[in-house]
Amino acid sequence: MAAHLSYGRVNLNILREAARKDLREFLDKCAGSKAIVWDEYLTGPFGLIAQYSLLKEHEVEKMFTLKGGRLPAAEVKNIIFFVRPRLELMDIIAENVISEDKMRSPRDFHILFVPRRSLLCEQRLKERGVLGSFINVDEYILDLIPYDGDLLSMESEGAFRECYLENDQTSLYHTAKGLMTLQALYGTIPQIFGKGECARHVANMMLRMKREFAGCQTQVLPVFDTLLLLDRNVDLLTPLATQLTYEGLIDEIYGINNGYVKLPPEKFAQKKQGEGEKDLPTEPKKLQLNSAEELYAEIRDKNFNAVGAALSKKAKIISAAFEERHNAKTVGEIKQFVSQLPHMQAARTSLANHTSIAELIKDITSRQKIPPPLHPGLYLTLLHFSIIVVLCCISCVPPYVSASEAFFDNLTVEQEFMTGVDTDKVNTYIEDCIAQKDPLIKILRLVCMQSVCNNGLKQKVLDYYKREILQTYGYEHILTLNNLEKTGLLKLQTSTRNNYPTIRKTLKLWMEDANEQNPNDISYVYSGYAPLSVRLTQLLARPGWRSIEEVLKMLPGPHFEERQQLPAGLHKKRQQGENRTTLVFFLGGVTYAEIAALRFLSQMEDGGTEYVIATTKLINGTTWIKSLMDRLEEPPF
Amino acid sequence: MAFVTANWNPLGDAFYRKVELYEMGWSLKDGLRDCHVAAAPYGGPIAGHLHSLRNARSCLPGAIRCPLTTFSPIWGPQWKSGVVKQLGWTVGDDLLCVQEDGTVLVYDLFGSFKRHFSMGNELVQSHVLEAKVFHSPYGTGIALLSGTFRFILATNIEDLKLRRLPEVPGLQGAPSCWAVLSQDRQSKVLLAAGPDLYMLDTTACTPVIPPGLTPQASSIVHMAVSFSYKYLAFFTDSGHVWMGSANLKDKLGEVETKMKTPPKQMAWCRRPKGQQPSVVVMWEKNLLVAGQCQETIQYPFVDSVLVPEMDGVRIISGSHHELLQEVPAACEEIFKIASMAPGALLLEANREYEKESQKADEYLREIKEQDLLGEAVKQCVEAAGYEHEPETQKMLLRAASFGKCFLSNFRPELFVHMCRDLRVLNAVRDYTVGIPLTLPHKQQSVSRVLKHWACCKVQQKEEADEVIARAISVKLGETAGISYSDIAAKAYECGRTELAIKLLEFEPRSGEQVPLLLKMKRSQLALSKAIESGDTDLVYTVVTYLKNEMNRGDFFMTLRNQPVALSLYRQFCKHQEPETLKDLFNQDDDHQELGNFYVRASYQEGKLETRVSLLQSAVDEYNKAKNEFAAKATEEEIRLLRFQRRVEEEKGERVLGCSLHDTLHCLLTLGLHKQAEQLYKDFRVPDKRYWWLKLTALAEKEDWEELEKFAKSKKSPIGYLPFVEVCVKHLNKYEAKKYVSKVTPEQKVKAHLAVGDLEGAAEAAIERRSEGEVSLVLSRCSATTDRTIVDRLNRARAAAAKK
Repeated sequence: MAAHLSYGRVNLNILREAARKDLREFLDKCAGSKAIVWDEYLTGPFGLIAQYSLLKEHEVEKMFTLKGGRLPAAEVKNIIFFVRPRLELMDIIAENVISEDKMRSPRDFHILFVPRRSLLCEQRLKERGVLGSFINVDEYILDLIPYDGDLLSMESEGAFRECYLENDQTSLYHTAKGLMTLQALYGTIPQIFGKGECARHVANMMLRMKREFAGCQTQVLPVFDTLLLLDRNVDLLTPLATQLTYEGLIDEIYGINNGYVKLPPEKFAQKKQGEGEKDLPTEPKKLQLNSAEELYAEIRDKNFNAVGAALSKKAKIISAAFEERHNAKTVGEIKQFVSQLPHMQAARTSLANHTSIAELIKDITSRQKIPPPLHPGLYLTLLHFSIIVVLCCISCVPPYVSASEAFFDNLTVEQEFMTGVDTDKVNTYIEDCIAQKDPLIKILRLVCMQSVCNNGLKQKVLDYYKREILQTYGYEHILTLNNLEKTGLLKLQTSTRNNYPTIRKTLKLWMEDANEQNPNDISYVYSGYAPLSVRLTQLLARPGWRSIEEVLKMLPGPHFEERQQLPAGLHKKRQQGENRTTLVFFLGGVTYAEIAALRFLSQMEDGGTEYVIATTKLINGTTWIKSLMDRLEEPPF
Repeated sequence: MAFVTANWNPLGDAFYRKVELYEMGWSLKDGLRDCHVAAAPYGGPIAGHLHSLRNARSCLPGAIRCPLTTFSPIWGPQWKSGVVKQLGWTVGDDLLCVQEDGTVLVYDLFGSFKRHFSMGNELVQSHVLEAKVFHSPYGTGIALLSGTFRFILATNIEDLKLRRLPEVPGLQGAPSCWAVLSQDRQSKVLLAAGPDLYMLDTTACTPVIPPGLTPQASSIVHMAVSFSYKYLAFFTDSGHVWMGSANLKDKLGEVETKMKTPPKQMAWCRRPKGQQPSVVVMWEKNLLVAGQCQETIQYPFVDSVLVPEMDGVRIISGSHHELLQEVPAACEEIFKIASMAPGALLLEANREYEKESQKADEYLREIKEQDLLGEAVKQCVEAAGYEHEPETQKMLLRAASFGKCFLSNFRPELFVHMCRDLRVLNAVRDYTVGIPLTLPHKQQSVSRVLKHWACCKVQQKEEADEVIARAISVKLGETAGISYSDIAAKAYECGRTELAIKLLEFEPRSGEQVPLLLKMKRSQLALSKAIESGDTDLVYTVVTYLKNEMNRGDFFMTLRNQPVALSLYRQFCKHQEPETLKDLFNQDDDHQELGNFYVRASYQEGKLETRVSLLQSAVDEYNKAKNEFAAKATEEEIRLLRFQRRVEEEKGERVLGCSLHDTLHCLLTLGLHKQAEQLYKDFRVPDKRYWWLKLTALAEKEDWEELEKFAKSKKSPIGYLPFVEVCVKHLNKYEAKKYVSKVTPEQKVKAHLAVGDLEGAAEAAIERRSEGEVSLVLSRCSATTDRTIVDRLNRARAAAAKK
């Protein structure tokens, strides 16, 4: 079911199974039929742990979304609230419980806090006089959710905002707890490195918790050799840049949520001969994206410009495989062919889906100036199954100011900033975009990027941008701008010296000759820009951070190293040529492109280190900036 | 000594032994016949309650409680309370007395009264028929059968929640027997009523059938659950003992006992990793061990009480205290007659060595040849742990020590720990202490014993806090599973707050310290501990507590010194108490945040005047914060709102709340050029943006004439390419073409392409000699229709390449 989780360097399925076991145990504690009332936010993350079928096996008959008023009628014995420990949710629950129909047969109430129970919330329930109505008040510890074979996420959207803007370190506490759970399952991690204030805080908590649990140490052979904790604010630049890997672009354009993406349905319509266009689906097409899908695992981390070639290669292989049947002469051979059919058909569906997605993306990104990424006019026809996979259609001339034009211009400006071109002046492209009232987030991404690449903007430039934004998008955004300034994304240049060029040069953040097709450096994920965070990770493995002390000092927050004593007898004896395993934890979010870069490093033949990635949330520039915005609704007049 | 096996009895492949632990020192005339007796597991204390007929008539039965077992009973005072139905011990070694009216009295280990609680008012009327005390993962529970044949259950008496289990259909009298099971973290009652068997949980009553129960049986007269709740045994009226798993899915075996009378008591006798689990059945004069293998052992017997343990059964009678258990594998290997196990050989080798016989070497050689010496030492050490006679222990340890001499890299810990453990065990087993702990018990309960000791220690009133705290920390050190906060709670209970605080200092889990500190009203300390723990929920909890406890000024001052708590409290206020948030900022003179606060507030306000006044306050605060930009921007906002209101009043257009940009756009599309112009000037909108605005607004309106006028009004600050583009966007190529000629040379190609004029584009590209632009135009050409242009471009390209 979740086999893809066990194929990686570290079997993350153990973690998932542990989580599922806990869930089952809780459900069984509430004997009889049950209905679950969901805090809507939790349904996505829970989907990564358990499908509805598991709940159904444990007599969950109904599911509702948590909202005020009276609970819907359901002939069940138990009502279970699955909620985050939030006060506002407690008020809703209290309302639900109080307005329960007294005339009907009584239902048992239970509450399950995710990821941790909270005294504060229980106190609130007590104040509302309903705490006594709950038979079970329990917690479901769900910190790190296995997201893919080498990826763990806490799926906590607000983590960056809470830590860096509101100084609320709740999510860091959960991180530390999650890492302790991980160590209980996968052994103590002997080495901890970190960079940034939050990283320091998490490491401190971990060491403290280890002391607290002294005595009950796990006797598990350590799976991870190193843990690297990285603050997002050490590298503010990377998420602002547009990701150029396949997966990264899907996320930038359509948004991947809890492993699912919703796509416009038109391109996925099953075209059958004789049927008109009448029944085009209107519901967005929902696809799950993870390494369980062979093709996706292969292309997700490629630069988008290399995806076309990979797809066409795959298409040839599949069509050759189907051709095989002509060679099947004996009954045995036919049988063999038939037994492979399901797999081949799945591969073909997968290919068709990704071809459609690639087409969708291409409409937005491609422009004639840059070499056409897909092999033009490659038509692949699998006639016998009457599905036509069209790999590329550039026949239609795009409307003048097309999406692709905008995409390209945007990219050009980004790359100018990253290479340090004119970062100290007002940029005309940004100006024009504001004048045409392009989406605010796009503007903010660019302005922030300029500020980061210039180590702050001059007062005049900063004020100009701010004024333009306020006048165009409304004065309420003064709060958002204030937030961006607080987190350092936007700032006033205080010293005359801009240290970004030094950082860029020392860490080789810009590679002029990035090879998109056959990459030899991580910079391929942004077609030239090598993500700072990943560069730090790479340099830590070899030759070590001591070589870049100077640059580390320029980046915010302390850098540190801690060692955790292993119980006797658990010291790993490394085989010759065996790779080290490093867990990289991004506090405040990570992008798909950064993940791709780390996977690239894992696969490098002489790399010597394999990476497992953990984060508070998978982000991209848009979702990230969005999480920092203060939304003020206009009052109704 | 030679007869270690004298008390062994074979049962299937295994052996059972009955070891006498103590002779009982209590002087009971009639044995235990008229006694309620309860013994705590893990060799724990025993309590007895006398209810002789004579006393029962007088309704004032005399009571004895004799904790710490066996030798010198501690006599309790005369019993003055109601009729006792059942005695039991909690996991924390408190004594529970369940009375007929449903009241439960709680005594501590030394027999002093602690508290009482009721199991439901209905029991005053209906009375308790039977009661059972059981241990569940949640603590100690009580199950009762009431006079109306209903079961009442509490799974944890520390957190009393009474559950009335559903009625059993057709139950007219008391069930013949019942037991409490703990399954899937739930406590259930299994009862037998005549031929039927029912499983009762909180929701339903389900009939169940044990698999493979002999057809000769017509009813179940007794049942027993194993110590671990995993196994179940029934005694049927036909004299069969059925053994199986507690979930009633598997049958382990069935034994015919040929006894038809219902037994007095029945208990499981298992040991971890044992091979032959058995059930001990007890009648008035008979004791029978029935194994899974269908064999039995019979013991002659006097009236006793069985106490199931995790590794056997304790048998307590008026005069003796014995332990019945399966012989552990290590002991069996070594002592079994004619055993050739490495341990047995080593023991023999040592014996010969002590006799100074050369045979010692022969035995040793035999073990070493098989390379089993390490194994032999391990076996001897392990077996020593299971023996009760110190002499036997010594013999085995000597043999191990002898064997160790011939091993070069044998880790000493095993031997050292065993010696240490045995010293402790022998000391507590001493008859003056009388705790018959076995090794597996000790391994389970070391921390419990230490904790208990510490809890008693804090009650010694004569010693100074400092001394006690030090003594406890020295003894407990960092033993796993010790909760200093529990000990501290005990100290606080005894009124020793200072000691409690000292003890809490030793608690490594700061989270654990907080609730008690709050209880002791050391809220400041609690706050810093909560922050230390990193658990924000704890911090919130303490903060809310402080808020209610302190006056506002002090509260704010406290927070000021704790930035972590302060920012959390701010978050709390932002959602729950916005006004308090304002006070907080005020106190800190945080004018920037105050300004933001007013801005936020202004957006929750419907009335324009209030809004403006809130924004005015924001301006003042921003000024105080020396944030000139924000102050100015907010002033602008006020001006804009006023302007918008005027436009609404004069023109009836809804623009209030729009951004400046949108307002301008709206005015321009409406043709209110004068007002737009005024706004443009008042707000010093950059020319470029204004031109863009006007351009798009006019194009949207399709007011081409006005657009042309505008284009000619003065030189465009944004150039003329946007004019071309915007016209094309509104599908008016004709208008677009008008502006192509005005476009700067650099943008010519783009402009021509935009209007679809390939020829023009080609010409411009060639003129500019730009390779990039040539290929751009080429890419737009179709090879069939634009033949001539393609040729021209290719020629130009070739010419350029030549140069």
